[in-house]
Amino acid sequence: MAVKRLGAFLFACVLAAPAFAKGGTAMHFEPDLSNRQSLLRGARTFVNYCLSCHSAAFMRYNRLGLDLDIPGEVLKANLMFGTDKPGETMTVAMNPSDAERWFGVAPPDLSVTARARGADWLYTYFMTFYRDPARPTGVNNLAFNDVAMPHVLWELQGWQRPVYREEGGGAQAVRVIDHLELESPGLLNEEQYEATVRDLVNFLVYLGEPIKLKRYTIGVWVILYLLILLGIVYLLKREYWSDVH
Amino acid sequence: MSAVVRTLVGLRDWIDARFPLMEQWNAHLAKYYAPKNFNFWYFFGSLALFVFVLQIVTGIWLTMNYKPSADLAFASVEYIMRDVEWGWWIRYLHSTGSSAFFIVVYLHMYRALLYGSYKRPRELLWIIGMLIYLTLMGEAFFGYLLPWGQMSYWGAQVIISLFGALPIIGDPLALWIRGDFVVSDVTLNRFFAFHVVAFPLVLCGLVVAHLLALHEVGSNNPDGVEIKEVKGVDGIPLDGIPFHPYYTVKDIVGVVVFLIFFCAVVFFTPEMGGYFLEHANFVPADPLKTPEHIAPVWYFTPFYAILRAIPSQLGGVLAMGAAVTLFFFLPWLDRSPVKSVRYRGWRYKTALGIVTVSFLVLGYLGVQPPTPTFSWMSRFFTIMYFFFFLFLPAQTSVDEHGFAKLYRQAIRLLLWVLIAAFDISFLGEFRGDKPIAERMSELAPFAIFAVALTAFGTFVEFTRYYRRDQDKPVPQRVTWP
Amino acid sequence: MNQDGIDKSRRRFLTTAATVVGGIGAVATAVPFISTMMPSARARASGAPVEVDIGDLKPGELRVVKWQGKPVWFLRRAEDEVAALPELDAELRDPASEEPQQPAYAVNEHRSVKPELLIVVGLCTHLGCSPTHVRVGDAQSHGLPTDWKGGFFCPCHGSRFDLAGRVFKDVPAPRNLLVPPHQYLSETRILIGNDPGVTS
Repeated sequence: MAVKRLGAFLFACVLAAPAFAKGGTAMHFEPDLSNRQSLLRGARTFVNYCLSCHSAAFMRYNRLGLDLDIPGEVLKANLMFGTDKPGETMTVAMNPSDAERWFGVAPPDLSVTARARGADWLYTYFMTFYRDPARPTGVNNLAFNDVAMPHVLWELQGWQRPVYREEGGGAQAVRVIDHLELESPGLLNEEQYEATVRDLVNFLVYLGEPIKLKRYTIGVWVILYLLILLGIVYLLKREYWSDVH
Repeated sequence: MSAVVRTLVGLRDWIDARFPLMEQWNAHLAKYYAPKNFNFWYFFGSLALFVFVLQIVTGIWLTMNYKPSADLAFASVEYIMRDVEWGWWIRYLHSTGSSAFFIVVYLHMYRALLYGSYKRPRELLWIIGMLIYLTLMGEAFFGYLLPWGQMSYWGAQVIISLFGALPIIGDPLALWIRGDFVVSDVTLNRFFAFHVVAFPLVLCGLVVAHLLALHEVGSNNPDGVEIKEVKGVDGIPLDGIPFHPYYTVKDIVGVVVFLIFFCAVVFFTPEMGGYFLEHANFVPADPLKTPEHIAPVWYFTPFYAILRAIPSQLGGVLAMGAAVTLFFFLPWLDRSPVKSVRYRGWRYKTALGIVTVSFLVLGYLGVQPPTPTFSWMSRFFTIMYFFFFLFLPAQTSVDEHGFAKLYRQAIRLLLWVLIAAFDISFLGEFRGDKPIAERMSELAPFAIFAVALTAFGTFVEFTRYYRRDQDKPVPQRVTWP
Repeated sequence: MNQDGIDKSRRRFLTTAATVVGGIGAVATAVPFISTMMPSARARASGAPVEVDIGDLKPGELRVVKWQGKPVWFLRRAEDEVAALPELDAELRDPASEEPQQPAYAVNEHRSVKPELLIVVGLCTHLGCSPTHVRVGDAQSHGLPTDWKGGFFCPCHGSRFDLAGRVFKDVPAPRNLLVPPHQYLSETRILIGNDPGVTS
């Protein structure tokens, strides 16, 4: 009997060979830090929508001003709401224990979130909030299932609802979310909202590692120098080794 | 100009009258004769020394701003990355340096495998080198906790728990290492002490011992020829050239080429796609929540894969320990009088090829989630890895009788017992009415494993892989150019 | 090895070139390592200008405020004390404030913007101890001469300064006390560390 079953198994192997690769729902996003205007717009969105609950406790306002070429007065008027000292970091007034009571978890510090999660994830996260009456906040997220955070950008994006499809057949069929569709529009149309999210993610990537703006340039010079040095030390080596026979 | 030179010579003579300056210079550089046929593989010794110095210097500078406390550690690293002038650069040099150190050391060790550099008279040199490698693993493990991110924390938790698997002494030992019931501030503080003071000191001592031992016995070379055996009338090996200036200028080229690759990583991709700096380590340590996918840093993954391949806690830990410590015995496991792979028979070449592939594949598997496919692959390559060491004495022993003969038959038997055990257990999966259709994803990798292992056994029988290898004649002098 | 036919000058040239270019690289590498040890952004943020209100400072009273981690003294001098300052000129090392130890607006007999209010960094110019404010009546207990007109006495090495922070001649301190850059935001509010000529 076992032999027959083994035969069936071998047959199944041949049939089932190419059944792999389970695709994720993550969208792809390539951050672009060379666009200062985008970073600036992202900074504004960040300060207006994120910074009321989330801190960026490792980031100093004056660093932001220096890196993004923001003059002191503009920085103070448009981006600094919590403090008047540009040397301070982007802390938040909310008490962590209050926050924990309201949301169930304390909103994490966002200084290095982009380095932990990656740009793709952040982009997907901001794009895929959808209505879910089962959640206390009324929303859920495709990147972060059962997220505690409400859809803070709802007034910009509006509300999305999930469209389901059946997967598998018969009794084992499961309902999975196929895609999201806009239920009621927000202040921005879809392109504008997508652009806002792009700016915000760009900014978060910058926030994760401010030196990223400069280190590529420095790196190019370092490598150029090393190539010159390589030429010289190679000639030196060849010169000495002409002795060796 | 000549006045300056005269002053410098005067200073040198003054020192030389009070300190063996020129004697040391000559012994280790100007009159240390190294074989002239060093190839690409011989860059990695000096590179390892270079990276060691780099790690010490950048480490000292990081210590100036790092705070070894559970409350402050994570923030102090970000402080270095943002607030300290050029702090980001020094941190990236150090983090990239740790991976570079292992790359260089692995290649340096592999060189020894290729050219038999562990063999007589260099057994002790090899053992000191292995001690450096072990100390380096400890150093890396301690250092990895310091950023106090999620990976730091849970990585340390897992590795310390490995000691907990040992019978009887396990639990108290793990408790003693941590100094607390979980990894905590206390653990961080002592790991800092080990990482910054104790282990670097040990490493310094071992590196000096390694160099002294090397300069006592002299360097091996790609032909595995002892250059000291053929000397000219002046007493200088005919195939030797003074280390300085010839190998100093050559090694400088090596260092610059290394720096080009190294700086490319430091400046363009310091995270190296999450392999040098892991993504989850940008989340502060949380003792209540394990990250979804936890894997050690890449340089530990081959051994980690071996650990996971064995479905028993103690067995896994012992196998992992054996995977590292077997290298210590290499000088005695390899009985062949021929050093270099160039003059060895097909059996050793094949075995070396198999163990190389196994080590690399295991390294890959160690960072992957333990799916059935990957688990069975890990098992297969773990077996391949260990059989390299087991077959080695059989293939290289000159002796054809007595104990050697017995050993060959024993290894053969062991392999077939293993094959039979797995094949029978595989066929056992088809007894009774366990449904097959749903277990395809589990059974298919098992099937491939069983077939591959049986194929290896057939290969061993068919080619008499367990027999003595036929080495080629080794030349008197090095082959160069 | 064959030592014949070596082009010595080429060898020397390449050695020099490698040394020079490599040396430049070594120096360039040292720069970041050295600048790492300079004050960080956090240190600079806490060294930012400090605002002080001296509205309630009584005559003869000394107030100490921390700026860049250093003590800054605010001393309200009595009118007769200010008037008596020129009498000491002969005993002082730099009575006319010729050394650059103060911004231009404090180059005068009383070394301050407003005659009565002295603002100096309270660290001795000798080796950085913080001198003690010694009133006329306390001169004896510090071993100071009986004609002491009030001023500052450094306990470390015995340097003496007058009420304008000017150093006496026969003491180890080489220069007058430092007047920090500052500006009056109003009659009583002063910003230390920032003056009209300096931008943050």
